[in-house]
Amino acid sequence: MVCEEAGKPILLYIDLQLVHEVTSPQAFEGLRLNGRKVRRPERTFATVDHAIPTINRNLPFNDPIAAKQVETLRKNCKDFGVRLYDMDRIEQGIVHVFGPEQGLTQPGMTIVCGDSHTSTHGAFGALAFGIGTSEVEHVLATQTLQQNKSKNLLIQIDGSLPFGVTPKDLILGIINRIGTSGGTGFVIEYAGKAIEDLSMEGRMTVCNMSIEAGAKAGLVAPDQKTFDYIEGKTFSPKDEDWERSVEFWRTLPTDAGTAYDQTVEIDAGQLEPYVTWGTSPEMSVKVTETVPDLGDARDENQRKSFERAFSYMGLEPTQRIDTINIDRAFIGSCTNSRIEDLREAARVIKGYSVSDAVNAIVVPGSMQIKRQAEDEGLAKIFTDAGFEWRDAGCSMCLAMNEDILKEGERCASTSNRNFEGRQGRGGRTHLVSPSMAAAAAITGHFVDVRNWKFKD
Amino acid sequence: MEKFTRHSGKCVPLYQPNIDTDQIIPKQFLKRIERTGYGEFLFYDWRFNSDGTESESFVLNDARYDGGSILIAGANFGCGSSREHAPWSLTDHGFHVIIAPSFADIFYNNSIKNGLLPITLDEQIVAGLADKASNDPAYNLTIDLEEKTVSDATGVIASFEIDEFRRHSLLNGLDDIGLTLQHASAIAQYEDRRAAQTPFLAY
Repeated sequence: MVCEEAGKPILLYIDLQLVHEVTSPQAFEGLRLNGRKVRRPERTFATVDHAIPTINRNLPFNDPIAAKQVETLRKNCKDFGVRLYDMDRIEQGIVHVFGPEQGLTQPGMTIVCGDSHTSTHGAFGALAFGIGTSEVEHVLATQTLQQNKSKNLLIQIDGSLPFGVTPKDLILGIINRIGTSGGTGFVIEYAGKAIEDLSMEGRMTVCNMSIEAGAKAGLVAPDQKTFDYIEGKTFSPKDEDWERSVEFWRTLPTDAGTAYDQTVEIDAGQLEPYVTWGTSPEMSVKVTETVPDLGDARDENQRKSFERAFSYMGLEPTQRIDTINIDRAFIGSCTNSRIEDLREAARVIKGYSVSDAVNAIVVPGSMQIKRQAEDEGLAKIFTDAGFEWRDAGCSMCLAMNEDILKEGERCASTSNRNFEGRQGRGGRTHLVSPSMAAAAAITGHFVDVRNWKFKD
Repeated sequence: MEKFTRHSGKCVPLYQPNIDTDQIIPKQFLKRIERTGYGEFLFYDWRFNSDGTESESFVLNDARYDGGSILIAGANFGCGSSREHAPWSLTDHGFHVIIAPSFADIFYNNSIKNGLLPITLDEQIVAGLADKASNDPAYNLTIDLEEKTVSDATGVIASFEIDEFRRHSLLNGLDDIGLTLQHASAIAQYEDRRAAQTPFLAY
């Protein structure tokens, strides 16, 4: 915190800003128009992810407007002295995969990016949140943001996740419980045994979708797993600095007995694989359940939303989840494109083939993950089964490039938003975990992956 | 920041909850590098059929609401992506005010930065306004940011809350970055202090 004056928001220092091609051009232009420079280029890192193709990258873009946007980022980074991890770099990837992977994301930091899923970095005990382009410009120029303090929401998840229930199911279950505005005005802290038991990648999946619950940010107290994950990465502290950093980070977790503005308790043991059926991330059910009935709506407003969602999604009330057939499967996005996600999906896929009715793609979160998956033999499992194996990017999560659903197509997707048109106009998105998406790709419809016959 | 003091205009009812920024402006229009010209893409998938013709049932295609500048929307308006293209498209289309029972945080911030005033009112009041606007396309409201009131022809019908600092900035059209840069020495001192206290951190 740089300074605080009565009646004004605090001026919060920003330790790290991540930049991508879509939400930055107008911010750099604003600097230019006002004759301002980037205050701390060494705390600013750029990559390309949102609009770039995930195939045929050696060729010119098919989309001249996207090409111009990427070209603009290159020029801006050059003019303002910002490091850019471009498409020819092994580090290139989705901003929220790239940051942690390079060791840029560290406990106690304040991190922003012109992207709502910046909450991902909270998995490291950082305060990380998405901002708009005007604020991107503000941070570029001043390395600070004007911020009001948020309220705290503790989500305490005790017990253990049952077999076959993944971090994605945990966060879908949380959103199902508190709703898409349940976290509005709050920063969520996730705690409890189920969170402690998660790997760093699992924690990233959970924190990633905090924004889908309306929260400003979501975070997890750093622990030994956090430090082990960061150690040895390109931008992590080294040698004696490493020891002192870890010692400092150990002081960061919330003091015992701290009062929260609100607390939600969840029993991990009660969770199952989730599938969203509607057009909002809170419209989900357990895989063993059915699409709800109109009578399940809590009020007239929700009833109208249900009707609209049934119609858009082409589903009947009370339809069984395992009767929903899919046309596409997408394994990727800042929620579920890391190596553990790919391992989870590959384990299901091994020895099987993608259904004839399904087109399935895997889009690794970074080129580094792509290479690792190839080295581990995962890529071969995917391609042998009939999955397309792509280069890194946001891809079909928001479908800004050519990875897009056609009208009426239904997709099992490991991404984070099932809004109308999110993956393409008229496209129908069901959010699931990587293993659930993999199983659906093979059978052609949703199945309960807990009953899967693995061919190890 | 665009200045906002007082605004009178026609209401456009779009009273559904969870209108997300993908609906406000779909992704295919985010590739442009300009800040202006997004109005024609506002609510694109709802305004236009897949063959490009206008969707008759959508309120913005109802000529009676032409020139409307106050949007009456449902709860959690602007949820989803952080794209500032959402308020850019709303202002470019001619909206000055959005009234809803609640807003998503990032959208709320982004709107204020662009002189688009998000007003939070009780669900019942907003539902009432949506009804009035639906029944009477000429229904007008006047928003007074100085007084923090919403009025119609009958007088003041609601008061609203807004953070004092934001209100002050909007009323005066202040440049946020310019304001913060007045604290440049405090920022530099903070950086020096941090470098001295935790020199071991990587950056």
